[in-house]
Amino acid sequence: MEKVKLYIDGKEIITSRGSTVLEAALSNGIYIPNLCHHPDLKPSGNCRMCIVEIEGRKGQVISCMTEVEEGMVVRTESQEISLVRQTTLELLHANHTQDCTNCHSNNTCKLQEVTAFVGVDEERLSRLRRSRPEIPVDDSNPFFTLDHNKCIMCGICIRTCDEVQGVNALDYGFRGFSTLVSTYNNQPIKESVCESCGECVVRCPVGALYVKESKVPTHEVKTVCAYCGVGCNIYLGIRGNKIVSARGDRESIVNKGRLCVKGRYGYSFVDHPDRLRTPLKKTNGSFEEISWDEAFDIISEKFLKSKNKFAALTSAKVTNEDNYVIQKFTRAVMGTNNIDHCARLCHAPTVSGLVQSFGSGAMTNSIDEFTGAKTIFSIGSNTTAAHPIIGLHIKEAKRRGAKIIVANPKEIDLCRFADIYMQHYPGTDVVLLMGMINVILEEGLQDSEFIKTRCEGYDELLSSIAGFDIDSVSEITGVPANTIRDAARLYAVNKPASLVYAMGITQHSHGTDNVLAVSNLALVTGNIGRESSGVNPLRGQNNVQGACDMGGLPNVYPGYQPVESKQAAAKFEKAWSARLSRENGLTHTEYFTEIEKGNIKALYQVGENPVLSEADANHVKKALDKLDFFVVQDIFLTQTAKYADIVLPACSFAEKDGTFTNTERRVQRVRKAVDPPGEAKDDWWITCEIAKRMGAAGFDYENVTDIVEEINSLTPSYAGITFDRIREEGIQWPCTVSDHKGTKFLHAEKFARSSGKGRLFPLLYKASVELPDEEYPLLLTTDRSLYHYHTSTMTGRVSGLKDIEETELLRINPADAQKMGLKKGDKVSVKSRRGIIKVMADIDHSCPEGVASLTFHFPDAPTNELTICALDPVSKIPETKVCAVRIETCNSE
Amino acid sequence: MAEERRITLINYGKIDPESISDYISAGGYKAAEKALSCKPFDIIEEMSKSSLRGRGGAGFSTGLKKKFTSEACTLCEQKYLVCNADEGEPGTFKDRIIMENDPHRLIEGMIIAAYAIGASKAYIYIRGEYYKSIKRLGKAIHDARQEGFLGSNIFGSSFSTDIEIRLGAGSYLCGEELTMLESLEGKRGYPRIKPPFPAGKGLHGFPTLINNVETLATVPVVIEKGADWYTGMGTEDSPGTKIFTISGDIKKPGFYELELGLTLRELIYDFAGGMKEGVDLKAVLIGGAAGTFVDETVLDTPMGFDTLKEKGAVLGSGAVMVLGHNKSIPGMTQSILEFFEHESCGKCVPCRVGMTQLVRLISSVNENGTGHKNILDEMLTEAEFMAKTSLCPLGQSPVLPLKSLKRYFAGHF
Ligand SMILES: Cc1cc2nc3c(=O)[nH]c(=O)nc-3n(C[C@H](O)[C@H](O)[C@H](O)COP(=O)(O)O)c2cc1C
Ligand code: SF4
Ligand code: SF4
Ligand code: SF4
Ligand code: SF4
Ligand code: FES
Repeated sequence: MEKVKLYIDGKEIITSRGSTVLEAALSNGIYIPNLCHHPDLKPSGNCRMCIVEIEGRKGQVISCMTEVEEGMVVRTESQEISLVRQTTLELLHANHTQDCTNCHSNNTCKLQEVTAFVGVDEERLSRLRRSRPEIPVDDSNPFFTLDHNKCIMCGICIRTCDEVQGVNALDYGFRGFSTLVSTYNNQPIKESVCESCGECVVRCPVGALYVKESKVPTHEVKTVCAYCGVGCNIYLGIRGNKIVSARGDRESIVNKGRLCVKGRYGYSFVDHPDRLRTPLKKTNGSFEEISWDEAFDIISEKFLKSKNKFAALTSAKVTNEDNYVIQKFTRAVMGTNNIDHCARLCHAPTVSGLVQSFGSGAMTNSIDEFTGAKTIFSIGSNTTAAHPIIGLHIKEAKRRGAKIIVANPKEIDLCRFADIYMQHYPGTDVVLLMGMINVILEEGLQDSEFIKTRCEGYDELLSSIAGFDIDSVSEITGVPANTIRDAARLYAVNKPASLVYAMGITQHSHGTDNVLAVSNLALVTGNIGRESSGVNPLRGQNNVQGACDMGGLPNVYPGYQPVESKQAAAKFEKAWSARLSRENGLTHTEYFTEIEKGNIKALYQVGENPVLSEADANHVKKALDKLDFFVVQDIFLTQTAKYADIVLPACSFAEKDGTFTNTERRVQRVRKAVDPPGEAKDDWWITCEIAKRMGAAGFDYENVTDIVEEINSLTPSYAGITFDRIREEGIQWPCTVSDHKGTKFLHAEKFARSSGKGRLFPLLYKASVELPDEEYPLLLTTDRSLYHYHTSTMTGRVSGLKDIEETELLRINPADAQKMGLKKGDKVSVKSRRGIIKVMADIDHSCPEGVASLTFHFPDAPTNELTICALDPVSKIPETKVCAVRIETCNSE
Repeated sequence: MAEERRITLINYGKIDPESISDYISAGGYKAAEKALSCKPFDIIEEMSKSSLRGRGGAGFSTGLKKKFTSEACTLCEQKYLVCNADEGEPGTFKDRIIMENDPHRLIEGMIIAAYAIGASKAYIYIRGEYYKSIKRLGKAIHDARQEGFLGSNIFGSSFSTDIEIRLGAGSYLCGEELTMLESLEGKRGYPRIKPPFPAGKGLHGFPTLINNVETLATVPVVIEKGADWYTGMGTEDSPGTKIFTISGDIKKPGFYELELGLTLRELIYDFAGGMKEGVDLKAVLIGGAAGTFVDETVLDTPMGFDTLKEKGAVLGSGAVMVLGHNKSIPGMTQSILEFFEHESCGKCVPCRVGMTQLVRLISSVNENGTGHKNILDEMLTEAEFMAKTSLCPLGQSPVLPLKSLKRYFAGHF
């Protein structure tokens, strides 16, 4: 970047061209008072506090909007400057609440800071002051309040909501002296489009926007958000043994200080009275508290007896170390590979598909590379709702000029930023993607060099492409042919292009095919293996990537070393001093059928809630009833835990040390911030105790570090990621030795497959298993809300989140609603071949005609009792994105 | 006695404003045809020679502005022309007269201006309440397109341009050129900071020429008859004619197109019929709210941009309001300041809060009959401070009227 030399108050300063005089001064330790400046935002020049004098320019100029120039001579103080600043400041104070002691921002307020520096004349001030009607505060939002009486109209909140968040919930309302920070139509913030991210609140320089339940913490602990796979870095503020605040880590490359509503305000579940505090044992249908000893005695005895009829469900919410220990226990002590977790329900096709095409089933690029992409293609991902901070990176890319393509059956929020939007019919992704490839090949837009040197299987791909002519593609997907052409051209030509997808791709009976279609598209255009260019499955849970990496899967040891591989098995047998099964275990979805058949009798489940999250949940419930022995280890008594014989209280993320691996393969430190409630324990500790009681060796870890070392020694891709190295910033695997920097993006020179090449696959269109018919005329798809997480075990216990979104709503297109005579708020029953639930209807344009959608967050409306357990033959993921339902009003009930 | 000299309003009352053939028969679109056969540079030269000064209020040289815009960047993919038809200055309605009675003249002027600077797209930003103007302009644009005067390859040349009408949202500030650009970009009507100037970086960041309706409607006649003919009218620093709109305590309020250089006395007594029966002249407010008050000592000053300036007055938009002896000067001042207070957009501190302070001070005078001795000075200090630090010209506006009050009417406070 070009440098410029200038002089501020006689001091020589070298700074980059393009920066402002104010920035140059502040970053060189020269204070210029300012109120409306914020380093993340474009300058706007409202407060007029930052005036300076510049030689050769008339009068005073505002330094926050003046770019530095070579040789510029700037003065930040003069009599005139002081006078003007003071007068402006007095005007500002004339309207401002006088009571600082009662203000949330007392001592951190920028108005105080500037006033201390500039000074005011009390006499003039008292003349200027006039009684001003108290404006009612807006405290509609459950997390924060807007007190207009303290607002200095710096516009920082408004610009934040626009420039950072892209939501534009706030703007100036009214005019002149009556100007207020206002929402559209001046409705309460809660009723507005505000997403409660709190980004505006953290930036408000005064006490006008403040967090409702805030206390000044005594200390802060750096850790990682417990919700989604983005893995935002946070500082939890602690006072006593309580989390009293949370803020984003501005140094973190993942989130750069930003957080979504859950990550900022969603931690009150940690000390919720419902937390499990002691082990529980079910006798005669009800739970009673027991000691850890008693629990361990019962468990070890039962587990010993069920060694060949045992399965374990580990968790995408617990740490890598917890996962490692649980899978080790399952394999080494229980002698089975029946270990799986919820990745089966979300990204199993990613692992099975991308391993086949690229050799590795993870995001190929880093989150911060999105901003460098020229094209971003989001398919089957409600990015801003499910991965909000990645959503922000995409919006930032858009602001920097990137083109956005969205393909989604529902008109999601990201469509506001899309240059091309394809609303394809659910379940037609293979057709859409292969259709795009067809256009690319027809028009010669493929990257032939890349195909020649780095791919194999091109001829096979060609053999199947003919079936995807644009007219049939358009017909099947419902997307106009020209839109598909435009999207194909843009993605192929405007490089680097980055593709993101999530469960809209995976949760299908042909989920693996969908993933292969995605990788085909990337390979054919050479949009992979480069910076800001690749295939990026957005992983759901905070540690779902880690749970997979740690071998929480029935077919692989840690680091994806196949259990069927002789060498791998031998390696682990030696390390663990145990005989290991060479057979792949059963998958999550198969467990329940096998339980029903009596082939599994004991289930050990950590941090999962299949009664709500598994497709065809009624089937799950029936199966659970059949178990001989069921142990659930969790932080709350979940709907599934109610089926358990023994319930074990575990630590939440805030109570444990360890690591989580986020969706971009970054292994990050999780730190203990508070003591656990009652007798709750670390998950790894609990599993180790069970193992020890069963007489197993190799489970006497003193602490997490011991486990990390064992992981390092047995998992090549994690070998260099030692606990010490990631103290400040996480490292992205693969990282094979302790001086390896980690891997920002994958497949740079060669693919991780044994041949080193990427593989193209021929594909066929396979329709979803259950499509609407006369009896069940609507297609039901599932999605997520920004405000809740999974089965809301955590978010359901955060009152503010409940307050914003209390209950399930069936979203349905206005045309369908009209046909059925449905109004918003009508109570309806939604019936499928497997179950029936009752919810309220919401008329929503984002759903196309013929498609209705539900989340699966709410226990009182268990959506998964409706979904179908039609499995993808390769990955065994159930088709939770498509089933057929019938809707009937039931207002009278 | 001087006579009205209708140059810009030459067709007023003579043609059917909704008929393009009427306009053409009256010699319309000849100037545009002529212009498009010349080099853009020559048009700019001619305009500069004519010394036509902006009729929107500020009186900036029209030729120079065109020159800056045309030279801003030769390789830009886009340039814009914007016609300021927001006409918000109280007491001003000259633009409406033009648009309602001779819409094609404005369109013709815009074609020439667009050609001169190389703008392939032009906007008319018009006050939303001007229904009739909007309707007539809409029809005129449609008809001009049909005739091939707008669209591609106008008059067989390689030049193409088109005009789009955009409705203003009823805020005075949106008449300010940079605010207008924000509004045209679909944002809230908040001013921008200069520099950059619109000639360099205007609408969507591209060079943009912004001119008032009257300015643009005067362009055809200048091109048709030449700069020399035009400068033969008016005074040296302010050549040509100007449409004055006169109101207040006079017998014949209305609009008059007159050669610049005439005196206020002539305007009031020869054209506007003199003062109402039994009313003596106390003050004249020239240039609307952002204008200046003068007393009878200025009645014989020839009116031009610079001559008035010497008297501490401005020509502004050409609005003239005559106040009789029964009118209260502090009362009038209060209306003006309240107008500003209401129109302040509220973005910057000095204007948002300062305007209310000014209103508070002036209302203390009006409530008590008279204020304390230094009240006018106090207001002026406040206004001067605001002028220094406000972000846009609105915050700088009260200083002019207050200064003129101090010069001519200090005794009234
Ligand atoms: C507060 C404010 C309001 C204005 N309103 C108008 C207006 O209504 N019409 C107009 O032509 N110019 C208005 N102007 C002047 C314009 O900013 C600009 O100078 C003018 O459009 C330039 O055109 P001209 O060069 O043809 O005069 C206003 C200026 C200010 C500061
Ligand atoms: S909380 Fe977030 S979405 Fe809501 S107004 Fe503030 S910045 Fe905008
Ligand atoms: S609420 Fe805070 S951030 Fe928003 S304008 Fe007011 S003072 Fe600035
Ligand atoms: S985006 Fe995900 S990781 Fe980040 S704060 Fe939100 S829930 Fe937490
Ligand atoms: S001077 Fe007044 S009108 Fe102009 S930006 Fe400031 S507040 Fe708005
Ligand atoms: S910091 Fe520059 S005007 Fe506010």
